[in-house]
Formats: sequence, C-alpha cells, structure tokens
Amino acid sequence: MEFWRVPLDAQAIEISRGEVHVIEDRCKGCGYCIEFCPRGILAFSARFNKKGYHPPEVLQPKSCVNCHYCEIICPEFAIYSVDLSSLQPPGL
Amino acid sequence: MQAATTPRAGSALVPEHPLEDLIRSDRIPHIWCPGCGIGTAFAATLTAMKSSGIDLHKTCMVSGIGCSGRAAGYVKLDSFHTTHGRAIPFATGLKLGNPELNVVVFSGDGDLFAIGGNHFIHAARRNMDLTVICLNNLNYGMTGGQVAATTPHLARTTTTPSGNPDAPFNLPLLAWASGATYVARWTVLHTRELTESIQKAITKSGFSFIEVLGPCPINYGRRNREKALQTLKLYRERTIIRNHADPSDLDVDFTKQVILGEFVDKERPTCIENYDKTCRLPE
Repeated sequence: MEFWRVPLDAQAIEISRGEVHVIEDRCKGCGYCIEFCPRGILAFSARFNKKGYHPPEVLQPKSCVNCHYCEIICPEFAIYSVDLSSLQPPGL
Repeated sequence: MQAATTPRAGSALVPEHPLEDLIRSDRIPHIWCPGCGIGTAFAATLTAMKSSGIDLHKTCMVSGIGCSGRAAGYVKLDSFHTTHGRAIPFATGLKLGNPELNVVVFSGDGDLFAIGGNHFIHAARRNMDLTVICLNNLNYGMTGGQVAATTPHLARTTTTPSGNPDAPFNLPLLAWASGATYVARWTVLHTRELTESIQKAITKSGFSFIEVLGPCPINYGRRNREKALQTLKLYRERTIIRNHADPSDLDVDFTKQVILGEFVDKERPTCIENYDKTCRLPE
C-alpha cells in the first residue's frame, strides 16, 4: 500500500498474511467471496468443478491479509484462509 | 496458487476447514441453492457455538421443516429435525427433560412464525431457556416461493403475482412483545456481528431470538428481480445498525431502510426457575 506520508507506527504494525484454500468441489459459484474480498484478490476460474460451477481462484496470493471474510461469508464451507506464519515449518 | 488448491484439504500439507469438526462433511455439498443465505447463517451459528466455550457434548440443535430445517442434518452434534412448526415445542421438552443441555433452535420464518407462531410466542412468554435463530428469507422457499407471514408488502411471490396485499410480521417486535430476553436482527452480510450476537445469545439464559435476513435467489429473488449478489448489496446499502431501537420501527421494507442491531438484552426469571420456585417447594 502506498502512503502519502508514512504513518508514525508503520514499523510497529505487523500486517498478517494468509493463504486461501478452496475446496473446489463444494463451491456453487455464488461469487460472494469474490465480490466481498476486501483486497479483491479472488476471481472466477475458467475451469469447472464436479458440479459444473466455476470455483474461485486466488489471483494475488501475496495480498491476502487473513481477514477470514471469504471463509465466513461462504455458504458452502468451501473457502477458508489460514495464517501463513503458522504454516511455514521452522527453518524455512 | 495451484499449490493451495491441488492437495486435498485435511492432508498433512493443507489444514482442514475450521468448521470441519462440526459439520457432517459426507453430506456436503448441502441442498441449499447457489447464493442461498442459510449456509452463511448456519456457519455463523457453528462458529458461535465453538467460540462461546459451551460444552458441545451438551449442546443440541433442533430445526423444523423447510430449507433452514435441513441444518439439523448437517451438524455433527445431537440434533433433531422435527415436524412442521414444532421445533420450539420439541426444544422445550428437551430443555425441561434435561436442563443441563444448551438447546439451539435453527429454523426458517415459515416454520417458526407461520405454522409455529403460537409456539414461539408462548415459549417467549414463559422465558424458556432456548436460543432461537430464524433465517428469514421472506417466503416459503422449499415449496416453490409462496407468500409467507414475512413477505414484504407488494413483493411478488408464486401466490401473489401482482404483489403481496398484506403487511408482514415485524419479528423483533413480536419477540419483544412476547417477552424474549434477547432480541437481535442481522443479515448474512453482517456475519461478524451475527456471530457475536449468537455467541451472546447462547451463553445468556432465557429466551433469545435472532432474526437473520438471508437471500432466497431462486424463489424470492427471481420473482422480485434480485440476483443473490444484488440482495447482498441491498443489505449493504439499505440497512442501518441502531442498537436498542424502538421495536415498532423494525419493519422489513427494503424500499426504505431496514434497522439491524441488538434490540433487547434484559434479565427475567426463566421458565425452569419460576417452576422450581412455585411448584417444587422445599419440604
């Protein structure tokens, strides 16, 4: 994010990062996660799932801030995000 | 991104969905239509149950008939899918039979307020210790989109092709007037507030009622020219959060403004407390 002036506590604020996971065969293509992602990082993919819907895919994986909104708005239990720091095995 | 989607969820590389332990995943994908709000409200209920810290082995979910009634079949807890309109009487019996249980009723507007309307007002009057979550999709979705007790004035349904001539119920007003100790209304878009509200209602003793407005894109939406996403945008543009608003102002009319929030949060002796005090006299 670009600031016109760097906030005084910019060094102290830690931006969380997440990784989005999609269980594609559960998706019914309602598009809620795509529409309401505050970072706008999701889009319909071109491929079909088992039921014939287009599941979402992550366009900019690095922009996810792990807010979980896609997870809680999804009516299908099909998308969720996990904290990236807890995912990386130690030593990497 | 392929790395995140190709390995199976639950494998060593990919963690499971956070609600996987509370849903019967062998039955998912569920029957609810694409864009239906029930799934979101159901997920919010499960999240609230989990985060409220109650003993889930002593928690039951009861639903009636209708699309929302299917929720009882998808939760991996003791649950019961009752006959039409009888979710609250069944839950009352469950609670009286074993007062240790936390009983959550998850059902639709048709079930709770049309055929089950009397049960609702009397359970609220007695202040039964239940948490009632009503998914209000403004029509009878499962049977083909007929007019319901909550259909807004002039809305089109299968049985009111020229618009609903009647006025709908104001559900929080009804709950308030019947004596509920906790009353709130949210939409599926306000999931975080909804989850917090449900959590509060579950931990609170007494009759708690939460109305959740959710889209029914296939039956209600199609006849009123609203796609699922348009309904959610309507929820964003035409709602206002006003806690402790006057319950008589809470009509659902999306041509004007719909008030959301927590309307009642009070204490009153519950049915079981009053019964013990009156009928179980110390010897």
